[in-house]
Amino acid sequence: MTQVELLEVNNIGISFGGLRAVDNVSLTIKNGQLYGLIGPNGSGKTTLFNMITGVYKPTSGTFYFNGENLTGKSPVEINKKGIARTFQNIRLFKNMSVIDNVKVGLHNKHKYTMFESILRLPRFFHEEQKMEEEALELLGVFDLDKEKDSLACNLPYGKQRKLEIARALATGPKLLLLDEPAAGMNPNETEELMETIRFIRDNFNMTILLIEHDMKLVSGICEEISVLNFGTLLASGKTSEVLNNPEVIAAYLGE
Amino acid sequence: MKRINLKSHRNLIFVAAAIVVYAFIAYGMNSNLLPRATQTLAIKACYNVILALSLSLIVGFLGELSLGHAGFFALGAYSGCIFSINSNLPIELRFVLAALIGGTVAAIGGFLISSSILRLQGDYLAIVTLAFGEIIRSFIKIIPVTGGTAGLGGIPSLGSKLKTFTFSYVFVILTILVIRNIVASSHGRAITSIRDNAIAAESIGINIKLYKIKVFTVGAFFAGIAGVILGHYINFIEPANFNYNVSIEILVMVVLGGMGNLLGSIIAAVVITFLPEILRGFDQYRLLIYALALIFMMLASNSPRIINFRVKAREKAAGLYKKLFTRKEE
Ligand SMILES: Nc1ncnc2c1ncn2[C@@H]1O[C@H](COP(=O)(O)OP(=O)(O)O)[C@@H](O)[C@H]1O
Ligand SMILES: [Mg+2]
Repeated sequence: MTQVELLEVNNIGISFGGLRAVDNVSLTIKNGQLYGLIGPNGSGKTTLFNMITGVYKPTSGTFYFNGENLTGKSPVEINKKGIARTFQNIRLFKNMSVIDNVKVGLHNKHKYTMFESILRLPRFFHEEQKMEEEALELLGVFDLDKEKDSLACNLPYGKQRKLEIARALATGPKLLLLDEPAAGMNPNETEELMETIRFIRDNFNMTILLIEHDMKLVSGICEEISVLNFGTLLASGKTSEVLNNPEVIAAYLGE
Repeated sequence: MKRINLKSHRNLIFVAAAIVVYAFIAYGMNSNLLPRATQTLAIKACYNVILALSLSLIVGFLGELSLGHAGFFALGAYSGCIFSINSNLPIELRFVLAALIGGTVAAIGGFLISSSILRLQGDYLAIVTLAFGEIIRSFIKIIPVTGGTAGLGGIPSLGSKLKTFTFSYVFVILTILVIRNIVASSHGRAITSIRDNAIAAESIGINIKLYKIKVFTVGAFFAGIAGVILGHYINFIEPANFNYNVSIEILVMVVLGGMGNLLGSIIAAVVITFLPEILRGFDQYRLLIYALALIFMMLASNSPRIINFRVKAREKAAGLYKKLFTRKEE
């Protein structure tokens, strides 16, 4: 992949009542990049994700994905265009099995009508078979295949985070947004997660934008980062340069 | 390969159980070994099972609390029975057509109502569906073709109780098959994912509004069929047959059966149908028993200890099942 812009955010902003949660933020992510988004709590990182995934409609600015203006589109449309995400507070389908969580992600890829499922026509079996195979393959990547029939809520925390990534990948995205994937993980798990993220980028041809507080993870895998502070962009650029920026250190890393 | 074999075993068991239950009841009816009251209740159980299964799709799988199911029940009953009264076709054909018409009219009702409440969730949706149910009933009371508050009489009978039961039973089996096949499919998983986490479901491309409409439409369709069965069995219907207490009673079946558990809904519907008979003489305590049972179910289905026990029991049963049925192939 050459250095083609995949996501372009232009002067995006949103207000909740009087609160300007995100203001005038711009960033550009190129195909195949591993991009970090950092900033103190409440600086608007998750809100930015919510705008890019259609959960919130921006009150100003635009964003382009693959050259197409997706500002204000619904979460479903945006996911179909190729953006998938995980959530800061894990949102799994708790009372469904591990493999079914992934299969829901495959729902739009292997289609058959409700009518075909009622009559159990050949396409039902054909597509179900494909879903089963692909879901198992994805679970294998995350080492979750042995737990495929457990309920998602019975998985330990670290595995729940992995399952959420697997489910997002099942939708076949070009851009993956990870909201604090290492939150609540111990150093060993974080190390393993870094490996996994690199593996996804390389083997799934993925572009990844991640929010993270763990500086070791960020400096370890992100090529470029942006820093948010009180909803505005404080700095962006090469990870090592940004992390040495005195303003950034004062606002965030110093404390 | 093993998985598929396992599934066909399950289908065989279902078919065998359906036939045995039918044979047992049919013999009991034919020979009059079953008390008259039980015979009547067997037919009632048929439409209650259909009602419970159809509401289970909405409440148990989609996770939306709908308190207006009696409205769809009424739409089907009136439209199907009005057709039946005015038709000269052979009664069997008339009944089947009435069921299709009743189901379709109710489905249109479900489609219109769900399309108009797409933005509502939770308590708001519950209140509005309750209101819709009552609006349908009030509407039936004032338009002339339904007989108004006086009721609609002269609905033809299929003939003997056994015959009525047989036709109803076939519709029960069809309902079970259709709803099970929806639930155990990609569509069923999508519906369940909306119940478990709507925001996450949307984030992976599940169209919540579309599924709300589909689920309400299918649920209403079967409630409508249940209405047609009711009409052809009691031969006289009136708005009081469809008041909100009926919606609540159907909801009780779904909750008692364990949300999102089809077999549970079936059993609960049958038990609740026979409860007044079982508790004859204690009828004034019926509501009290419902209330206690509901509270127990709420506690049971939310207690982590009991949930884990259920999961473990299910896994154990599945393991045992595998051992019993897959050995021969090796
Ligand atoms: N739906 C909402 N309504 C009102 N305020 C919100 C909403 N979502 C986020 N905010 C506010 O926006 C600010 C940024 O929040 P968030 O994006 O979650 O921060 P971060 O992810 O960087 O910790 C916070 O002050 C938060 O309270
Ligand atoms: Mg956040």
